[in-house]
Amino acid sequence: MTPGLSWNVVDDVQQLLSFPFMVNALRAGTIVAIVAGAIGYFMVLRRQAFVGHTLALIGFPGAAGATLLGISAGFGYFGFCIAGALIIAALPGAGRASGGLGRYGEESAVIGTVQGFALACGFLFVSLYKGFLSGLNDLLFGTIIGVTNSQVLVLLIAGVVALLVLAALARPLLFASVDPDVAGARGVPVRLVGAAFLVLLGVAAAGTSQVTGSLLVFALLVAPAAAASRLTARPAVGVLLSVVLALAVTWVGEAIAYFSPYPIGFWVTTLAFAVFLLASAYRTAADRRAGRARTTTPQLSGAS
Amino acid sequence: MLSHPFIQHALIAGTSIAVLSGLVGYFVVLRGQVFAGDALSHTAYAGALAALAAGVDLRFGLFAATIAVGLILGLLGGRGAADDVVIGTTFAWVLGLGVFFLALYTTHTSTGNSTASVTVLFGSIFGISAGAAATAAWIAAGLVVVLLVIARPLLYASLDPAVAAARGVPVRLLGPLFLAVVGATAAETTQAVGALLLFGLLAAPPAAAQRLTDRPWSAFALSAVLAVAAMWIGITLAYAVPQLPASFTIMAVSTAIYGTALAVTAGRRRRERRVPGATPIPAPSAAGTARTPPGCG
Repeated sequence: MTPGLSWNVVDDVQQLLSFPFMVNALRAGTIVAIVAGAIGYFMVLRRQAFVGHTLALIGFPGAAGATLLGISAGFGYFGFCIAGALIIAALPGAGRASGGLGRYGEESAVIGTVQGFALACGFLFVSLYKGFLSGLNDLLFGTIIGVTNSQVLVLLIAGVVALLVLAALARPLLFASVDPDVAGARGVPVRLVGAAFLVLLGVAAAGTSQVTGSLLVFALLVAPAAAASRLTARPAVGVLLSVVLALAVTWVGEAIAYFSPYPIGFWVTTLAFAVFLLASAYRTAADRRAGRARTTTPQLSGAS
Repeated sequence: MLSHPFIQHALIAGTSIAVLSGLVGYFVVLRGQVFAGDALSHTAYAGALAALAAGVDLRFGLFAATIAVGLILGLLGGRGAADDVVIGTTFAWVLGLGVFFLALYTTHTSTGNSTASVTVLFGSIFGISAGAAATAAWIAAGLVVVLLVIARPLLYASLDPAVAAARGVPVRLLGPLFLAVVGATAAETTQAVGALLLFGLLAAPPAAAQRLTDRPWSAFALSAVLAVAAMWIGITLAYAVPQLPASFTIMAVSTAIYGTALAVTAGRRRRERRVPGATPIPAPSAAGTARTPPGCG
């Protein structure tokens, strides 16, 4: 049975769901999108995109090493991403918000060095394991084929635990992200909260890697969250919106990938980028309209 | 070892690329633009695969894509690190495009296979031909000259953009120009160690150099020396142990150099703190050059 797209949407969906591998891919994608959407929102808020990217890439040597040793790649992803999060949290100053970017030149250089070395280790494992080249592209860029039942179970457990921890952590984390100095003065353990968040980020990156591949994690971790933060300023609505957008991107991307010859990584990143562009355009338009309303009818701006 | 032509080509190309990335990397780290470098390295992958899919020379796609994106980042972001969310989202998509071109290349050309993708991602310094080595060396030399010409105003603009602009330094012009040079460096480095492993040469040597010396120009030169050392030791190790790929050994040596610099300076700083009277406390002018983050100025 070859995949064929018809105008009957119900038929298409039934055709999608008739394959166990596709059902597993959708299950895994759903779990991953929820976790990545929620944790990604805080990552964007804390401006830790570079750290998140590095954690995702650290998953690659984990998966390659696990394949080399003959164990499930999922354990490699989670093991390496969490270990990498702990190492980065132990680096001086990297645990705080916006620690991975911009003003702190050496810290981001250290994170970059960790990233380069991790990828080099991954390449070493791959070249030690002969005949692995086609699998390499799957590890880096994702595939919808070959998500097993046990993998979905591991993803589900990790995702539920991560979301529970995030729910418990959300208030101090938000406080510490928005104003670390005041939060520290009010007795919030800013450094500890930052380190705990990095571990959560590692879990999210490891889970996402198994659907989109290590290199394209950003499509689910950054783009929906960035779009959500452009659409609303309220954190609770933002988290929810980010999750919804991530889910939409994942489901549509997986469906298109099934019907097309091109890999899922391309579709998911393209959809995510389109969502981000639309949200940015909406923000710009809304700002301009608000600005015009304020200049023409000044009495309204005081009420809003 | 030196009698093999492939080692000679690797050393010619590798040395010139290491000098270039060590020098450029110093400013990348100083200006806090490591994430932009990350984005450019991913752009290099998409550019190379697009060129392969279109059937033109791989290097053309590499340089065209990275220089163009470098200029765009520089024009958009002011200091380039302005909005990491925009950079992150965009380069995720650019990388997705790379995957698309990879699929096009492998399905529509009979000669194409996934080996090309691996070569672009992780490099093959032992596979460089004599002509490619010479071209790489000439391009690296040209870029080093450009960087040396703009080095003084660039240092000024990196440490204190406001004062530099007031003194007539064209700060707005230097940012995009520098990122274009970083883009070309990413394209050069991709040929040696691959698009993904750029940071071994672009981030680790400058970070180590900044730990070892406080003076900007010494750190600038030391960064290039350390990058070249990582390249030579890495190539020698890969030659001696054939199981290890050269990209891995270069990266491992580079990381080890930074680790050593960290250990040495951490020990020294602890001693200084224990005996405050024994060593003179660095003057504010010296301390303000390299160790304090530039954005604080």
